[in-house]
Amino acid sequence: MNNKLLMSVATAALLVASGAQAQEKLKIGVVTTLSGPAAVLGQQLRNGLQLAIKDNGGKLGGREVELIVQDDELKPDVAVSKAKALVDRDKVDFVVGPIFSNILVAIMKPVTESGAFLISPNAGTSNFAGKDCNPNFFVTSYQNDQNHEVMGKYAQDAGFKKVFIMAPNYPAGKDSLAGFKRFYKGELADEVYVPLNQLDYSAELSRIQASGADAVFVFLPGGMGVNFVKQFRQAGLADKVKFLSAFTVDESTLPAQKEAALGFFGGANWAPDLDNPQNKKFVAGYEKEYGGAIPATYAFQAYDAGLLIDGALKATGGKTDNKDALRAAMMKAPFTSLRGKFKFGNNHYPIQDFYQVKVVQVGDKFATSIDKKVFTDYQDPHAKDCPMK
Amino acid sequence: MSLTLLLVQTLNGLQFGVLLFLIAAGLTLVFGVMDFINLAHGVQYMLGAYLAVMFYALTGSFVLALILALAAALAFGLLLEFTVFRHLYDRDHLEQVIATFGIIIFLNQGVKTVWGAAPLNLPIPDALAGVVQIMPGLTYPVWRLVIIASGLVVALILYVLVSRTRVGMLVRAGATHARIVSALGVDIRRLFMIVFGFGTMLAAFAGVMIAPILSVEPGMGDSVLILAFVVIVIGGIGSMRGAFIAALLIGLVDTLGRSFMIDILRLVMPPSPARTVGPALASMLIYVLMALVLYFRPAGLFPAKGRS
Repeated sequence: MNNKLLMSVATAALLVASGAQAQEKLKIGVVTTLSGPAAVLGQQLRNGLQLAIKDNGGKLGGREVELIVQDDELKPDVAVSKAKALVDRDKVDFVVGPIFSNILVAIMKPVTESGAFLISPNAGTSNFAGKDCNPNFFVTSYQNDQNHEVMGKYAQDAGFKKVFIMAPNYPAGKDSLAGFKRFYKGELADEVYVPLNQLDYSAELSRIQASGADAVFVFLPGGMGVNFVKQFRQAGLADKVKFLSAFTVDESTLPAQKEAALGFFGGANWAPDLDNPQNKKFVAGYEKEYGGAIPATYAFQAYDAGLLIDGALKATGGKTDNKDALRAAMMKAPFTSLRGKFKFGNNHYPIQDFYQVKVVQVGDKFATSIDKKVFTDYQDPHAKDCPMK
Repeated sequence: MSLTLLLVQTLNGLQFGVLLFLIAAGLTLVFGVMDFINLAHGVQYMLGAYLAVMFYALTGSFVLALILALAAALAFGLLLEFTVFRHLYDRDHLEQVIATFGIIIFLNQGVKTVWGAAPLNLPIPDALAGVVQIMPGLTYPVWRLVIIASGLVVALILYVLVSRTRVGMLVRAGATHARIVSALGVDIRRLFMIVFGFGTMLAAFAGVMIAPILSVEPGMGDSVLILAFVVIVIGGIGSMRGAFIAALLIGLVDTLGRSFMIDILRLVMPPSPARTVGPALASMLIYVLMALVLYFRPAGLFPAKGRS
């Protein structure tokens, strides 16, 4: 009798405990840039992930989600201490972020060595795609070189004779122009590096005009691009010189660039008008949720990161304790990406299509629109250096 | 071709210099006359741009937006003077720096809360939006010429105000002998307030004029603030003439350096290292200039009279 009572109490306790286990919230940390001029990009990331969770009824993989959002302030040291707090104090299972490559490099070790998974919805440096690839690191965006390569390929195929190329004087800027030149073999009118966060491009615009280039290729993210695009148009160059770019005209900068960017080209893995049902639903949902703002790639890639977590957890029955099983589930990319076709390469970077996109007007707003597919099932050139199979 | 490019780049340099002058003029007035280090001068430039964007959205007219933005910037500047700065005049420089730095943080966050973090846009008035042909094959945006012209006009007005009017005389006297001016029965506090309000308006004017070219975003004043300090240090603290010459000098050196540094280096070294060294050297050129000026003329090019 006594024994039986004890047993049933124990069973009940066990049931309660396992019930509590199933009810326990899934903790996801977010490291993104929410202050300074680049805050717009970081907000898109956060919004995209939040929307993915909301569209899944507040759950991912059947578990309630607790999202812990941290602002990295675009400072690597700040990012490291906040990422450490996420994995050590909050014991998150996943960290989603960041926007910027220098932050990614900083938080990679603290996050992945704790056993948590790091999912980057934007930054994808070449070292982590190649020899430093990491089993606990997944990328839902692209490898950094690729959007520049898209434009290089496009410029080569379109037969431009003389291209003026320009980027900020920092590692990503040099990678950008190197990526462009990997596919563009024509003549370069000039190759210019400007100081990071330069605001006025009058000197460079005069040089473009004097050089007789038939196209420019620029990588000027954020505020730099806003300024350059406006000044390019004001200088009367838009009618004479084709404008090719990467990360310079997108939905995060277009609200400020507006008509000035109409008809300008970019390289991308997605655009809001990419034609598939899940993407249509996403774009409409995002605009409704966030005051009519059109999502940029940062938001869609974060949304896909949410879907990746959801799909992988469904495959493991919501469990995160067996990391190998979880990793194997993630590797299968068990979700319908907003970009359609999607799979991971051996280095956990996507293999996907890339497009030349063009700025168009949609009602009273501006967005990029798919113009032409440039690469099909394109994998980054660094994957072969990654020892993971 | 090289000569026309040089000419255009000189225009670009002038335009940049004139803009720097508009910002530095207010800073040197306040620093020189009141011996007050106002780091918040940069955010007042930012505020001018934001106010113009707001008033443009309300009125749809650039001229109205300019006038309203200047008035609002003046009102806000005087409010800051009354609530914060007034209590700092007698403190030492370190405390002024810390307090005005706090205002930078506060206002940068403030504009983000009010207008959002995304960069905003102020269109050029239609009549001035085009380009003019200045040489066959080389055109120049009209608006940049307007900036040059308006900067030169402001410089002229300032010259007349400071050297030909009674207020200007008091300002000059106050810069060097504040106590004596006060003892002679001039309300030095009120004089300070006029100077401060005027400086604020100049910074806001610069912000409005540059807004159609640059994006209006939080923190846009921080980078120009450093350049403005370089200008007043080179020109001589408190000297309006010095600020004018130094601003043009910096505008020209920076623009021409960025444009021609690689070509110049190619004369003395192979192309590949020239391409690496050029941009780095070009971006530090103005600081090299400042170091040289300070070495040979520690008080700047045109030290204000009577200042030690």
